[in-house]
Amino acid sequence: MARQEKKTDAVIVGLGWTGAILGMELANAGLQVLALERGEDRDTVPDFAYPKMIDELKYGVRLGLMQRPADSTLTIRHSAQDTALPYRSLGSFLPGNGVGGAGVHWNGHTWRALPEELRLKSYVTEKFGANVIPEGMTIEDWGVTYDELEPHYDRFEYLCGISGQAGNLGGQTHAGGNPFEGPRKRGYPLPPLPTLLNGKMFGDAAKAMGYHPFPLPSANLSDAYTNEYGMQLGPCNFCGFCERFGCINYSKSSPQTCVLGALKRKPNFSYRTRSEVIRVELSQDRKTATGVTYIDAKGEEVFQPADLVVLAAYQFHNVHLMLLSGIGKPYAPDTGEGVVGKNYAYQMTGGTSLFFKDVNFNPFVGAGSSATVIDDFSVNQVDFGKKGFIGGSYISSGQFNGQPIRSMALPPGTPAWGAGWKKGIKEWYGHSMSISSHGSNMSYRDCYLDLDPTYRGKYGQPMLRLTFDWKPNDIRMTQFMRSKIEPIAKSMNPTNWASGYKGDGAHYDVRPYQTTHTVGGAIMGVDPTRSAVNRYLQTWDVHNVFVMGASAFPQNLQYNPTGTVGALAYWSARAIREDYLKNPRPLM
Amino acid sequence: MKTLLRIIGTLVVIGIVVLLGLIFIPMQRTAPLANLPASYEPPKGAGEQVAIAADCRACHTAPGGKPFAGGLAINSPLGAIYASNITPDKKTGIGNYTLDEFRAVLYDGVKRDGSHLYPAMPYPSYRKMTEEDVRALYAYFMKEVTPVESAAPETRLAFPFNQRWGIRLWDWASLPPAGFKPYMGDAKLDRGAYLVEALAHCRSCHTPRNDLTFAEKGYDSRSADFLTGGLVGVWPAPDLRAKDSTAQRWSNEQLGALLASGRNEMAGVSGEMALAVEHSLQYLPKSDIEAIAAYIKAIKQDRNGGSTPRATPAPTAQQLASASPQLELGARLYLDNCNACHFANGKGAKNVFPHLDGNPLVTATQSGGLISVILNGAAAPSTGERPERLAMPGFGWRLKNDEVAALATFVRKSWSNDAPAVTTEDVAKVRGPAAN
Repeated sequence: MARQEKKTDAVIVGLGWTGAILGMELANAGLQVLALERGEDRDTVPDFAYPKMIDELKYGVRLGLMQRPADSTLTIRHSAQDTALPYRSLGSFLPGNGVGGAGVHWNGHTWRALPEELRLKSYVTEKFGANVIPEGMTIEDWGVTYDELEPHYDRFEYLCGISGQAGNLGGQTHAGGNPFEGPRKRGYPLPPLPTLLNGKMFGDAAKAMGYHPFPLPSANLSDAYTNEYGMQLGPCNFCGFCERFGCINYSKSSPQTCVLGALKRKPNFSYRTRSEVIRVELSQDRKTATGVTYIDAKGEEVFQPADLVVLAAYQFHNVHLMLLSGIGKPYAPDTGEGVVGKNYAYQMTGGTSLFFKDVNFNPFVGAGSSATVIDDFSVNQVDFGKKGFIGGSYISSGQFNGQPIRSMALPPGTPAWGAGWKKGIKEWYGHSMSISSHGSNMSYRDCYLDLDPTYRGKYGQPMLRLTFDWKPNDIRMTQFMRSKIEPIAKSMNPTNWASGYKGDGAHYDVRPYQTTHTVGGAIMGVDPTRSAVNRYLQTWDVHNVFVMGASAFPQNLQYNPTGTVGALAYWSARAIREDYLKNPRPLM
Repeated sequence: MKTLLRIIGTLVVIGIVVLLGLIFIPMQRTAPLANLPASYEPPKGAGEQVAIAADCRACHTAPGGKPFAGGLAINSPLGAIYASNITPDKKTGIGNYTLDEFRAVLYDGVKRDGSHLYPAMPYPSYRKMTEEDVRALYAYFMKEVTPVESAAPETRLAFPFNQRWGIRLWDWASLPPAGFKPYMGDAKLDRGAYLVEALAHCRSCHTPRNDLTFAEKGYDSRSADFLTGGLVGVWPAPDLRAKDSTAQRWSNEQLGALLASGRNEMAGVSGEMALAVEHSLQYLPKSDIEAIAAYIKAIKQDRNGGSTPRATPAPTAQQLASASPQLELGARLYLDNCNACHFANGKGAKNVFPHLDGNPLVTATQSGGLISVILNGAAAPSTGERPERLAMPGFGWRLKNDEVAALATFVRKSWSNDAPAVTTEDVAKVRGPAAN
């Protein structure tokens, strides 16, 4: 029999970016708010304190801040014909753990979706005709438009103190920014980070070819900043320990640096760590949730009653909890019916490394979001009809770090070990840069999430199962990007260069790190037969359950997801505050 | 010979009589300084405001304990003094105190049973409180504070300090007259004076104490010693009156920001002052903060306080930027431990990372505060306006005493700073006997 805790107005599952934002918004609305976080408590000091955090082996290689697969993982397979096996060793993507979630260990690339991306299906159909959508591709509109999200993107960017250069202010193009972005009402809160040598070289080469370089919008701050909650951040010192690390000096936007200090002061907010939610409990008629059941630090099962449940965990966990709790109809790929688990998508990336014998890049001067970008081949710039694919990428050259274990790019032909490798390292460390494409990934009928029939997690529940593989459309997209990047690289006259892009017949490989931008499975929309949550991120069937995060993306953007995840959190929070709380009911 | 014996005998007898008197003659409690009617009702909320300004909670609440239930150990040079339970609980708190008995605690440092409080309780300051504030505070503790039954640990100092009657002598020698008479000639300045000298008891840390009785050397700004800097444990409480002090160099707004939010463009508070901001000053009305700042500015003295900046700053930034392995140890340690936030120019980042160049804690005559921050780190208080406890981690686990001394000396002599060197022994004293 589960222990029962005192009822609260709202319970939030997961205390990362969206949990912190919803915590603040709901607490400001006067609700008694409780957040349950499965991992440890974490704060800048002592957990990320200099110099112990600057440890590539512990955090970069052994992944000290991440979810441990022994505690929680999922099974993965390429197709319905295969048997899924557990993801036992983190590789392809790195789910976060603990207070702050993945908001602690991200690089800080903070983008808005393009207006066209948020109504992708309509855009494709109107502009190129429905027949360009290949058989089996299940792309959708999001149910929310760019104009509706604009104030919420703005709020998130000003929460974070994003450092960047606006390219489109109210429809007016501004030099030095991204001319292809959606219109923004005002510029970024801070000027962009200074450009490093690689960024300058790439930018000059791109410009010479007629492209439009601009600095990547960065959550590594260019100056001291105070946000709407009074939270303070410092200027980034380019130490180069961003991705996989907590920021040592308050200069990367995170739940800790932007929200939690202010949130913890609120008497009507509290949080419990090492409290892993295993199920949302439903009322008899299954139209509302009565609270959540979690396992506390002692391993005891606890029922936490609540009037409002917000799922704010990582994308996979949100979908998993919905499936385990019986919220919404599980997706069945054979019939195409059901919604929960539908439209899983990932991110298509590729890149070219350039080696310059006589150029020293000083890679130990780096920042997770220090990059120069061109968006000339974005989703709204490519002619899908002519090019034979749907999608796009931004192309960038960043210098994120010069860490000695993993940041040792070597030209092709260098031995992978022994004296030859040592010689290569000596010769080439600090002499390379890269140009990368970061691209969209479409959703497909046979890429989805469901419950694994065989494997169970540590609480005896079926594991989540991912069925996913690369598709020809997206491989054509990345090959197209290659055809654009290599000429830029060649124009820069490197001593040597090498490319890595997925080619025909490539299969999804869970071993090498690609990105942690996994999306979908609890997608948003306006049709209850085609989406798991409505446009306000409210589950269609259980009206007091809202689901935050990238699980709502119906297919993946060409950009990093955090900006959109933050904007959707504020968008949903507004609907809850201004509409739902006054009259709790299905909002659509 | 007989005469001498008689004199000695007489003196002994007088001594015994005086001693017995000291021990047994009941204490005269100071009478109210204004005749308010018995029916006087303090304005709504006034009592809580007085309690906040007087910062009762900071000492009378144990870490993680119930508000005002006492139990916090105040580590005095004589030993731990435990703050009492001042909730209206009749058994373990002050529930049985009459107004006169309550006033005697504030004015005379005398408890209901007639015994003396140690002056860890700032009654030398509180005895300047107005009768209106005494009434408001009494009403607040009796009616608004939740009673908590919890006996605070008994204070047990070693002999002779456990003989509380001795405090009576101290009181005779040290206590200023009760009550506050406005003397600044301006309502705002007098409000500032009242807060600094009485209610918020700023003076009890920022005024030097004499070596004999540890009494403050001055009780208001008419004394030249008043607010010219004190020492709390190893922490220097800066001189607030010297013309080259930061308090005088900063604008009223910058000074106010530090008091209200715990930080301003240049500096952040740490140590005991962080507690004062966290528990008390951040909740003062803006007008009180402005009054304090105006008063401090009005009592500026035309002298330098010992941390005069160099006329020509040292070329520290260029020196650090060279990153030469030949740099002196202190400079190398700075690059490896401090530069990430405080930067080569020693100016940190506005409102976030404090200036080291010109920072009063860095250049204070007593280096204990600086050493403590390097060893143990520091955290800004969480305030409504600035909620993040911006923290510096401690470096004591990785730096040896001689390294801390070299580093502290480096920052005390760099940029425009020009303060005396720190020795390995200075560091050892702060770190304590357990460490290297």
